Amino acid sequence: MSINLKRILSLFTAGASCDQSDRRLILSFYLSLWFLLSAAMVNASVNTTGLAVTDKEVTVGILHSVTGTMAISETGSVQAEKLAIKQINDMGGVLGRKIKYIQEDGASDWPTFAEKSKKLLVNDKVAAVFGCWTSASRKAVLPVFEQYNGMLYYPTFYEGLEQSPNVIYTGQEATQQILAGIDWVVKEKGAKKFYLLGSDYIWPRTSNKIARKHIEKLGLKVVGEEYYPLGHTQFNSVINKIKLRRPDVIYAIVVGGSNVAFYKQLKAAGIDPRKEKPLILTISVTEDEILGIGGENIEGAYAAMKYFQSLPNENNKRFVKAFKEMWGDDIVIGDVTQAAYLGPWLWKAAVEKAGSFDIDKVRAASPGIELHTAPEGYVKIHPNHHLWSKTRIGRALRNGQYELVYETKELMEPDPFPKGYQ
Amino acid sequence: MFSDYTSAELVSIFAMQGFAGLILFSVFVLMALGLAIIFGQMGVINMAHGEFMILGAYITYLLSSFFENNLPSLFSIYFFLAMILAFIVTAALGALVEWGMVRHLYRRPLDTLLATWGLSLILQQVYRSVFGAREVGVTLPDWMMGSIPLTDLVEIPFNGVFVMILTFVIAVSVYFLMFKSRFGGQVRAVVQNRPMAGAVGINTQKVDRITFAIGCGIAGIAGSAFTMIGSTGPTSGQLYIVDTFLVVVFGGAASLLGTIASAFTISQAQSTMEFFLSGSMAKVLTLLVVVGILMIRPQGLFALKIRR
Repeated sequence: MSINLKRILSLFTAGASCDQSDRRLILSFYLSLWFLLSAAMVNASVNTTGLAVTDKEVTVGILHSVTGTMAISETGSVQAEKLAIKQINDMGGVLGRKIKYIQEDGASDWPTFAEKSKKLLVNDKVAAVFGCWTSASRKAVLPVFEQYNGMLYYPTFYEGLEQSPNVIYTGQEATQQILAGIDWVVKEKGAKKFYLLGSDYIWPRTSNKIARKHIEKLGLKVVGEEYYPLGHTQFNSVINKIKLRRPDVIYAIVVGGSNVAFYKQLKAAGIDPRKEKPLILTISVTEDEILGIGGENIEGAYAAMKYFQSLPNENNKRFVKAFKEMWGDDIVIGDVTQAAYLGPWLWKAAVEKAGSFDIDKVRAASPGIELHTAPEGYVKIHPNHHLWSKTRIGRALRNGQYELVYETKELMEPDPFPKGYQ
Repeated sequence: MFSDYTSAELVSIFAMQGFAGLILFSVFVLMALGLAIIFGQMGVINMAHGEFMILGAYITYLLSSFFENNLPSLFSIYFFLAMILAFIVTAALGALVEWGMVRHLYRRPLDTLLATWGLSLILQQVYRSVFGAREVGVTLPDWMMGSIPLTDLVEIPFNGVFVMILTFVIAVSVYFLMFKSRFGGQVRAVVQNRPMAGAVGINTQKVDRITFAIGCGIAGIAGSAFTMIGSTGPTSGQLYIVDTFLVVVFGGAASLLGTIASAFTISQAQSTMEFFLSGSMAKVLTLLVVVGILMIRPQGLFALKIRR
């Protein structure tokens, strides 16, 4: 607001003489006061906590890294969220209000994420935030969201062990992704010996812990478990070890640039995923990562997640078409991108069910929210704020896509604190 | 841990492991040579070394897609052309950087550190704007990705052999350039005593510029070669920079021989330990050993004895 409050105050208190510009000043002051009040009156029913909601617009935040190391992964999520917001606006918005977004850059730096989320919640008073990607960034913003009572829609598959009233987790938690994948490879491929491999941080370690417990419960054997620092580029030694131990399955949770090095060197060392000797099962390589790895280097490997771009259902065909229209033909869509796309839709459904933008009411309305139009098929919010979703197995093709080879019959129940797996 | 295996299996695994160590050694030498020349001969700490490497990788990427679409018949040999072009472009950028930035900072080594770090951030963002934030996939000719199976355990990967040969060729060329050519004599003269070298008629500015350009050019070749074994993205250069500095500092900053010796020591230690321990522990132990040795011998493994 460009009103000089000091000057106005002096006009009221000291009875200073009014010239023309002063009169204009007072007029504009009253006008803006009137606007504010009237907006508050109309909005009173749907917005009792002072969020950035007018009768025409509601403001939300998008908080991802578009610079720095994580930009490679988070770009897809930003695109998906913008697409969902655009589609919702084309349909008339939420409770008759168009969605306006404020985008902030977390810059791949966790304190920056915390600072920007505070800015979005406190200064911009956004009604919801779609954002974060790594667990580290989510953990960094969590106290901010809990303190200022915001709502975060978090898209990435992650390790679980968390359930905040201020977060809706639209990606899979670890057990959803892992258990069905291992069951499938045991049943269909007769796997008996597993080699667990991962980048050295919380998600791969927690996931492998769950995988190991599950494998041992099935009476099968883990012949090796190893972690490499993030950004590691030389995998020849571990490839030799794998050759020596002769596992049936390499269970790989390598992330980031290391992925590219890992699959290229695996192939060069004569472990061709197509031969399935050993078979490669990953939970960390989506179509996005294959762009960097190269389809020819990973062709034949299997991935267990909830979404592949090639899913044949009608929802997904529409989604892929709209995505390509907005962002270009050569774009690929990975699991997390689809999960990010769900965020604005789930929020819209919850707001409309609650009849209000208030965070507390949206939270109360969220469990049980269903989405029949999700590209992955049908999803539903569990009372623990995670999604019921199917787990699917895809086989990597040379053109960088996955072909669907298996999906669970039932939706997998999210279980962020799995008993017996910790 | 070896009781379950036959002796034939053990022999072949140790052969493979030795080979893996040699590949790692070649990779270390290749990435450190360019830095060693600049750091060692000029005392400039080039924090943007990794970004020069990735420039080489991006040039390889551009050429690969160009040949795939326009000249598919020559696709199987485009890689050699890519390496030459990578050298030329990165060397040219190196000369430009030396002219525009580094030469003003020769008397302030700490400032070159900051300035080149800034340059690395700028280059990363430029790559991100031009090529996108996602990693790009460099398609390689099929013959480079295969392996020769000797037994069912021992397979010789082509890309490893390729990197080894390339490293050997470049190391020998650098040796001849630095120790057998007239230019190398000038470089060494400038390193040892700059005013005196100037006094006998050596154009020290020109020598500086060419040295910097050659160091960057070698980084470009390394980046081009590493598209075979690693990723190509805006920040991929950061994956190499720590190991590179480790090798150069441990070797003794002013010595090419030291660089090679230290690359050999670190690579063998790391790949052996990776085999017996987990990857992260191997890295920790390697770093501990290097730090320990540098505490006893701060000048590195080899140091030139020159009068300062």
